[in-house]
Amino acid sequence: MGYSSKSPWVIHYDASSCNGCDIEVLAALCPGFDVERFGIINTGDPKHADIFLVTGSVNERNIDIIKQIYDQMVEPKVVVACGICACSGGIFHDCYNVIGGVDKAIPVDVYAPGCAVRPEAIIDAVVQGIAVLDQKAEALKAMKKGA
Amino acid sequence: MGTASVIPFGPQHPVLPEPLHLDLVVEDEVVLEAMPQIGFVHRGLERLVRSKDYNQFLYVAERICGICAFGHSMGYAETVERLMGIEIPQRADYLRTIWHEMSRIHSHILWLGLAADAFGFESLFMHCWRLRERVLDLFEKTTGGRVIFSVCKVGGVQRDISPSQMSEILAVLDGLRDEYSQLVKTFLGDSSVYSRTAGIGAIPHKDAVELSMVGPFGRASGVNYDVRMLGHGAYGDLADFQPVLSTDCDCYARMEVRCAEVLQSIDIIAELASKIPAGDIMVPVKGNPAVDAEACNVLEQPRGECYYYAKGNGSKYLDRMRMRTPTSQNLAGMTLALKGCDLADVNMIILTIDPCVSCTER
Ligand code: SF4
Repeated sequence: MGYSSKSPWVIHYDASSCNGCDIEVLAALCPGFDVERFGIINTGDPKHADIFLVTGSVNERNIDIIKQIYDQMVEPKVVVACGICACSGGIFHDCYNVIGGVDKAIPVDVYAPGCAVRPEAIIDAVVQGIAVLDQKAEALKAMKKGA
Repeated sequence: MGTASVIPFGPQHPVLPEPLHLDLVVEDEVVLEAMPQIGFVHRGLERLVRSKDYNQFLYVAERICGICAFGHSMGYAETVERLMGIEIPQRADYLRTIWHEMSRIHSHILWLGLAADAFGFESLFMHCWRLRERVLDLFEKTTGGRVIFSVCKVGGVQRDISPSQMSEILAVLDGLRDEYSQLVKTFLGDSSVYSRTAGIGAIPHKDAVELSMVGPFGRASGVNYDVRMLGHGAYGDLADFQPVLSTDCDCYARMEVRCAEVLQSIDIIAELASKIPAGDIMVPVKGNPAVDAEACNVLEQPRGECYYYAKGNGSKYLDRMRMRTPTSQNLAGMTLALKGCDLADVNMIILTIDPCVSCTER
């Protein structure tokens, strides 16, 4: 287990969601679900973050922003799509202004469906994300050794 | 004298869970002008009335905003009921109002938490959200959902609150009242909170009226307006309703107003629970809205007055659905309050209008 997977820091961005999933992401960090006790901390700075929690179906204006946040995060990094909107566009998929899903803009590692996504599902997704984070860290190490 | 420079604020910013972008023109750490840029949450929901029928659209209306989700489904359902001339059972009206007031409690406590976060009082933030979880548990018990309930339907509500659930609601809210009052003591009495909020971002009464500010934001500047005092539906049966007002006009006053409104909502729920009539919770709905039938409706959302308009075209699809949300009314007030403030206070001022970007942009 690497240092980052022991205590991954998360960053959250609302890519045109309805707030429902955002407040559930925050609720997962707050008492009641309290993932902070496992060292998972919410940060506002992409450069400090290991896991990117994206909610919402992503509209035209948001594509560049989530790409930018994603690019600013340092490797290894994991993207979790929170809520059915982020997974596939959900109820908004035939709106004219949404691209329908985060994976159309950046690569997504874990999908957490639900409308709104339940905090338990977010925690589950983050735990899965930690495993992916470890794998990516290993791969990165191997690549460096090889180089 | 320095030279003016522009600082971007947002759209990804730790203080707001939502994307709101502001270009702040600052000189010597003083904000000269704030220019909001919006469009980050625009999905084009109003257009969906063309492809979803009036029953299906209710679920879209609910997802306009996840914080006032129930309010939007209630506002939309009432509008369509007016459009089609449907009279809903009184019990359904009461149930809706009870859920709506519970949403207000959860929304205000959520806001108080975010405000605490904005002035850097992390533990207070956590305490607020801890209390909020109890209200969400009640939602889950009575409706099955924590955030999106889908209990409101055109013609009534889908679930009833049983007497035992009702007494549980009252017991939980009563317990909440004590702990909440403790928190309010910190919010309103702590000197560090006071120094971050008092006298900051004041909007005089005259400007508030001119900019037609609504909701707690307006009421903190003495605007005596709350849709609930018009006595629509179950609100008409309340023995007495007085909007919570303040005259200080600053961030502290806005906090004060919201703190008091939570307790007011608890009282309203208790009163409605004692008066709720027995009977049906739903009437069957048949037919479609008539050609060119129009209806409008206002509702007091946690953030202020929300206006709904719907137009029928004889089919099961509506011709037009339009809403004007409280935050779009209040944005003008926000830019005014930001003018001339310290850069360090920008967070606090933006938060005290309680912007709901997803409502506004839809
Ligand atoms: S999945 Fe549901 S709750 Fe989450 S952002 Fe989408 S509509 Fe809102």
